Amino acid sequence: MAAELQHFREVSVLNIRIKFQKYGVMKFVGHLDMMRFFQKAIRRAGIDIAYSEGYSPHQIMSFAAPLGVGVSSDGEYFDIEVSTSKSSEEAVHDLNQAMVEGISVLEYKKLPDTAKSAMSLVAAADYFIFEKPGYEPLFRSREELQEKIQGFYENQEEIFILKQTKKKEVEMNLKPLIYEMKLLDRNERNHPENEAADWGLFLKVCTGSSDNLKPELILEAFCRFCQADYNPFQFQIHRLEVYAKSDDVPVKGEKERERYLNYLKRLKQSYKEREETFPTFLPLGELGENIENC
Amino acid sequence: MTKLALSDEILLRIDKPARYIGNEVNMVRKNPKDVEIRFAMCFPDVYEIGMSHLGIQILYDMFNQRPDVYCERVYSPWSDLHQLMKEQEIPLFTLETQSLVKDMDFLGITIQYEMCYTNILQILDLSQIPLLAKERGESYPIVIGGGPCTYNPEPLADFFDLFYIGEGETRYDDLFALYKSVRAEGGGRQEFLRAACKLPGIYVPSLYEVSYQEDGKIESFHPKYEDVPATVKKEIEMNLSDTSYPRNPVVPYLKATQDRVVLEIQRGCIRGCRFCQAGMIYRPTRERNVDMLKQCADDMLRSTGHEEISLSSLSSSDYSQLPELINHLMEHRSQGINISLPSLRIDAFSLEVMKKVQDVRKSSLTFAPEAGSQRLRDVINKGLTEDVILDGAGLAFAGGWQKVKLYFMLGLPTETEADMREIPRLADKIARRYYEIPKEQRKGKCQITISTSFFVPKPFTPFQWASMCEKEEYLARARVVNEEMKEQLNQKSLKYNWHEADVTVLEGVFARGDRRVGQVLRKAYEKGCIFDSWSEFFDNQKWMEAFEECGISIDFYNLRVRDEDEILPWDFIDCGVSKEFLKREWARAREEKVTLNCRQQCNGCGAAAFQGGICLEHQN
Repeated sequence: MAAELQHFREVSVLNIRIKFQKYGVMKFVGHLDMMRFFQKAIRRAGIDIAYSEGYSPHQIMSFAAPLGVGVSSDGEYFDIEVSTSKSSEEAVHDLNQAMVEGISVLEYKKLPDTAKSAMSLVAAADYFIFEKPGYEPLFRSREELQEKIQGFYENQEEIFILKQTKKKEVEMNLKPLIYEMKLLDRNERNHPENEAADWGLFLKVCTGSSDNLKPELILEAFCRFCQADYNPFQFQIHRLEVYAKSDDVPVKGEKERERYLNYLKRLKQSYKEREETFPTFLPLGELGENIENC
Repeated sequence: MTKLALSDEILLRIDKPARYIGNEVNMVRKNPKDVEIRFAMCFPDVYEIGMSHLGIQILYDMFNQRPDVYCERVYSPWSDLHQLMKEQEIPLFTLETQSLVKDMDFLGITIQYEMCYTNILQILDLSQIPLLAKERGESYPIVIGGGPCTYNPEPLADFFDLFYIGEGETRYDDLFALYKSVRAEGGGRQEFLRAACKLPGIYVPSLYEVSYQEDGKIESFHPKYEDVPATVKKEIEMNLSDTSYPRNPVVPYLKATQDRVVLEIQRGCIRGCRFCQAGMIYRPTRERNVDMLKQCADDMLRSTGHEEISLSSLSSSDYSQLPELINHLMEHRSQGINISLPSLRIDAFSLEVMKKVQDVRKSSLTFAPEAGSQRLRDVINKGLTEDVILDGAGLAFAGGWQKVKLYFMLGLPTETEADMREIPRLADKIARRYYEIPKEQRKGKCQITISTSFFVPKPFTPFQWASMCEKEEYLARARVVNEEMKEQLNQKSLKYNWHEADVTVLEGVFARGDRRVGQVLRKAYEKGCIFDSWSEFFDNQKWMEAFEECGISIDFYNLRVRDEDEILPWDFIDCGVSKEFLKREWARAREEKVTLNCRQQCNGCGAAAFQGGICLEHQN
């Protein structure tokens, strides 16, 4: 690690990726306001963020995948550039001192110099979707939900929906964009809030700038399949994680590419040692490394 | 985590739900069970406007320093939520603990401009508090009004239990102590109000009686009981350097109008412009100590994370320690902090500072001559001469600026057509100054933007006796300016904006109205008038119907020149500036005589009685 850090000291800025969670009343704060919130929080936390040039300098900051109003999350990411850095542990601590109830910073990791932005790497996201109290429940038991998932996802080769675009309605097959759909039991790790239901729907879906699939579209199709009216207010959508494709090299430049492939090799090795299969998708946070105490 | 007053479904149906959730950085959290007094502090406009107001931030901080008080915030629900709350009978709530406003001990409402008056009724209505003070039983909060519009509280007299006249720093501790002691003795609402009216600065409208002559003018205004004071003297904080100032202001999620640290450097203004109410009611001018301000700026930047700081005052250039303060603020530039400097006089010093903090090609310079001709500028005592404007513009053009904004008022007392025509001519002279720069040294055209508003006479100004115009006359004056625009040599570099006149007429009525106009407010609110300062909501038709149905004549309030011995609705208030001074200034205005500013000479306005600020500086 020390040798790797040496390399970064030569350049003027460090790329940092920050992971945070968003829940409770904070789900009503929209994407642009969250960006403004973090711009101010970063100042309060004393992070030595880099500014653009010019008369009104702004912080260099980019978010991975905007979260809709009303959606909560355990896996939000954004990238910043800093001039100097504290250790990851210190930075996470200082940022959390500057947070509000409902927002917690989970990770602060250093990325390679030529790292591609989180936004350009996003390939998939996991969601946990459950029914809110106060509405006539759609699925009365785990078994019923299980059965409906079987019918909708496992048993159908293709899932066509009509998607309204600006000009016309187009037919779209959802099936290849849904990587996984199953029943999920809530635990501390996948949803921290007590008012969340004990079980719900898990989705791993294609996400990103090219083939973005909103979980709402799947929900709507799923409701139709179950011959129920789709009421968007009935469901709480909770994002669990955002991923990059593991075979998508997240850096630019030859040297860096090589360095990353070496890192990937080590990572694959560690999965092997744990006797786990190396995943198709890697959480965005795993593409960075913790900064230890210098 | 706090349970929200509104359901997820409602919050997801409406625009900007973050207006209603609280939980902002630096929001004060207390357990309501640990306090004796719960105070709901309200700015009756939408969240983004209300959150930008410094006065509320000062009081919020000051009240919450007290362990026995919990002050929470309330703003006007936007029209989408308003409708849902009415339909579903959801009572209005505070942001901090999402508690019902009607369960508070006090509801304090700041009254900053006349066109928010219907929003005050909305707040009461949605809170499910009776609109009329006399209909409120023991369980309801004491409704307090404060802010500049309370210098004529009479149009709102029926809706408030009491008004606090003057600056909030001084008398609330006494008011809270009184509330606790009346409560401890088992007293109720009436006992509290009767005792509160004896505190300096406190006006309890229900304890005063007004009668009217046949011609509609006030016949008499007096207390109903002997122990109720006949005059109410404004409250004023004489030591602004050793008083409450919020070091940890609340930071909104939504982009507020003032999305920055606001540093109030002084209160009051030495200039004495005759149209300006703030210049009279905040007398004497008092500065804050520069060391205190530096400390406040550093603390607030650290605690909020804001990327900009703005100085607030009526005339920042008159602050005696301005260079020292600005130099200190410039040190924050390296941390990406912008400095915003409104209300600066254009001179070599300010241009040098602005050059450091602005992109000169993009930013514009602002002059507020207020009147086009020197004659009329003398009438209003605006000490800005044409030479000063042209020299300032010349300096700015040489420094690279190309955009100038000019602000004027139409409808000022004694205004003639010649005065109106001077407005575009002055703009043209500024443009000519620009084109005197050799062609190879300038970058294209200059851009001079003229904006006019219509003058509204305000209480406690020398123009409080003046008449206004009819709506058509205002618009005709704007047309004169517009015609004259087209006669100018550099007309292609000039742009003219003017406002509608409907709102001006209403502002006139409510600025100088008496208790009788309150019924029009109520009628207009019942007809659906709300957010009247927002052009997309303003409905003049409904207002005209409301006046008609209440039998209230707009002309009575707006078109008369009031006699100097007429009893004015606000005469019972002592704002520190004497009526004799105002009469003298009203006479000098008509004689086109300029009065020197407070730093040059004391003009005996009466504010010296407060024993401080500029009045003492002058003695030295």
